[in-house]
Amino acid sequence: MSNPPVPERVLGVSGLSVEYVLDRGSVRAVDDVSFAVGNGEFLGIVGESGCGKSTLLFAIAHLLAPPALVTAGSVSFAGMNLVTMTDKQLSAIRWRDVSVVMQSAMNALNPVKSIGAQFADVLRAHGKPSRADIRSRSAEVLRMVGIDPAHLRSYPHQLSGGMRQRAMIAMAMLFTPELVIMDEPTSALDVVAQRSLMVQIKELQEQYGFAVIFVTHDMSLVSHFSDRLMVMYAGQVSELGPTRAVFDAPRHPYTQGLLEAFPSIRGPRVPLKGIPGSPPNLAVIPNGCRFHPRCPQVMDRCKEQVPELYDVNGTLVRCLLYDDRPVRTGAAEARTAEKATADKSVADA
Amino acid sequence: MPELQSGELLRAEHLTRHFKIGGALARATLHAVDDVNFAIGQREIVALAGESGSGKSTIARLLARVYKPTAGKIAYEGRPLSSIRSRGDRLRYSGQVPMVFQDPFASMNPVFRVSHGVMRNLKLHRPELSAKQRDDEAARVFEVVGLGADMLQRYPYELSGGQRQRVGFAQALVTRPKLILADEPVSMLDVSIRIGLLNLMAKLRDEEGVSILYITHDIASARYVADRLIVMYAGQIAESGPIEEVLSAPRHPYTQLLLSAVPDPRAPLNVEAETDRGEPPKVIDPTPGCRFRWRCPLAIEVCEHVDPVLEDLAGGPGGAPPGSGKQSHAAACHVAQSGAEVKAFSA
Ligand SMILES: Nc1ncnc2c1ncn2[C@@H]1O[C@H](COP(=O)(O)OP(=O)(O)OP(=O)(O)O)[C@@H](O)[C@H]1O
Ligand SMILES: Nc1ncnc2c1ncn2[C@@H]1O[C@H](COP(=O)(O)OP(=O)(O)OP(=O)(O)O)[C@@H](O)[C@H]1O
Ligand code: SF4
Ligand code: SF4
Ligand SMILES: [Mg+2]
Ligand SMILES: [Mg+2]
Repeated sequence: MSNPPVPERVLGVSGLSVEYVLDRGSVRAVDDVSFAVGNGEFLGIVGESGCGKSTLLFAIAHLLAPPALVTAGSVSFAGMNLVTMTDKQLSAIRWRDVSVVMQSAMNALNPVKSIGAQFADVLRAHGKPSRADIRSRSAEVLRMVGIDPAHLRSYPHQLSGGMRQRAMIAMAMLFTPELVIMDEPTSALDVVAQRSLMVQIKELQEQYGFAVIFVTHDMSLVSHFSDRLMVMYAGQVSELGPTRAVFDAPRHPYTQGLLEAFPSIRGPRVPLKGIPGSPPNLAVIPNGCRFHPRCPQVMDRCKEQVPELYDVNGTLVRCLLYDDRPVRTGAAEARTAEKATADKSVADA
Repeated sequence: MPELQSGELLRAEHLTRHFKIGGALARATLHAVDDVNFAIGQREIVALAGESGSGKSTIARLLARVYKPTAGKIAYEGRPLSSIRSRGDRLRYSGQVPMVFQDPFASMNPVFRVSHGVMRNLKLHRPELSAKQRDDEAARVFEVVGLGADMLQRYPYELSGGQRQRVGFAQALVTRPKLILADEPVSMLDVSIRIGLLNLMAKLRDEEGVSILYITHDIASARYVADRLIVMYAGQIAESGPIEEVLSAPRHPYTQLLLSAVPDPRAPLNVEAETDRGEPPKVIDPTPGCRFRWRCPLAIEVCEHVDPVLEDLAGGPGGAPPGSGKQSHAAACHVAQSGAEVKAFSA
């Protein structure tokens, strides 16, 4: 089989920073983040609670509201800069080309409209489907996520937490978008439903070739389903590379801690160890490396020197342990990302 | 009236909750919780896991008096909840048995700073504290759940998902609870913070004798804190027992399916049960028979028309007589109860 062409990139994020501008001072929740997502690629994002994952996704999807402000950078999707797009331009692509599953299904769904009515609204926003079409497509996506289509008549409060999440995922699949952004979409699902849903998303992805950005706290989900993994810490990218490489050889001490903390239902019950110390307050960022107050491998210079992203065999790592490696930033990083995707598909072929 | 056994804090008998759904024409009855029996002991953490939509939150809401049962009874410290009528009784119960709601985005009032809920609970349930003591206590519980005291001054929309979730937990802690109804209190937390909260739950039980109904999909972490596990499927209890015993020797086919799907980031994806497509459970106007039968590889004829009931599996002398304090291992499955080996799905 010949080498597949380098996948075209569907999304490019470059030097993106987001601040919450407040009277008591600004909080930079996303700090100079760059990455690219190739066609049909599955990018997993993990990181501590409060490190800026949802803020990043909101910025990409142009859903930020004041006091949040994009202070630098750009987001390009299919050749357009999403950051500067008007609302009108955006509604032309939302759901059809880019769909978003937000962390809170309850916030995202309209409480006074039935699920079926909300699906119909989305379908009607991009065409003139007949009532029968609407009904059959709505029932189809709902059944796909394991919900009895009888619930098309239900209101959000009549569904369980996991059913609401699945209804959101179903809504994101009404069309076949090019990019699906999901923020902890399965946190309220049992593992059986989660597995079957993930396998189906993966199958659809293979069939239609859409890209997925997936935020989760579940390391096994990214381990099993993502092509590339981005680890965030305190608003920044701390590690970014092919998923298998990161799992087989986690480089950043924070990533190492994350992977070690995972409890198992098999084997003996060993005491659970988290990562020592508490999450940083984004309003008072530590000097030097942001992780240094909690890092088990901290060196003297970590307290003053700010680490860049270093390229360790194709994985980008923000840690001074690797500062003998080449520095990668901004657009270069996005290119590396594309290359990683290409390498992966070559390896698979 | 449900009788409390010694060492019990709460008991639910034949607990049932139905909902009417559909329009005026297409009325149907959704059996969210159907004839469920269980008890929660003093100083006990009971993990409640199971299928999404199987009735876990509904049970917590019934225990928290948010919903009234369609049938069945709940007794707390020997008194039926239905006898709670006066304002004083209601207040006392909600202080002793607070609930942490599943969706922290829906359960917080956006017009108030997050300190509001905590302060309100302190004023209501611990009126003996001075204003200064309330402030100190609020700051203390925020630190305990890993939020800086400066978070108290924020509005809910200024917090991330996991931060909100911990505000919900902090609110329940300040009332000096005896039983916390915690509906997925850690689902939005990274492993490290999650472990901190689980250790906190274990400490509350061990040092302060608090009991917790811990609803979770994270069975691997439940194992580290829970004493007992209840697994639900389609409005009913499929299996229950001491958690290590259920995890090491699950006897209900659904429990086996569930455990086989618990992912391990270090192991490859287990796709053995991949043919299982998560068929929606039939809880809308259900017919008799086991509700898992459409997905069960072991289903036999009797499963088609007889509801299996939750029964102790040990039976003979090994079985725990009620009130002995020993926890029995029970399953609602015809095949498991026949004593035959159950191997529907393997981990
Ligand atoms: N409106 C706001 N005003 C001020 N700070 C905010 C606001 N919204 C979020 N933040 C802060 O920005 C940081 C990033 O929040 P974000 O919601 O992006 O985190 P997250 O990584 O998604 O966390 P989680 O995993 O808990 O959902 C958090 O520390 C949060 O407290
Ligand atoms: N207020 C309501 N009106 C109608 N139906 C309801 C209502 N609340 C819950 N239900 C239904 O009851 C069933 C059980 O819901 P419940 O929220 O208890 O599930 P759960 O086990 O907590 O699920 P999850 O793990 O997804 O949160 C679901 O089928 C749901 O649609
Ligand atoms: S730069 Fe230093 S403190 Fe930061 S992660 Fe690396 S070793 Fe630890
Ligand atoms: S009762 Fe029958 S159908 Fe139900 S779980 Fe047991 S064997 Fe399967
Ligand atoms: Mg978030
Ligand atoms: Mg629930």
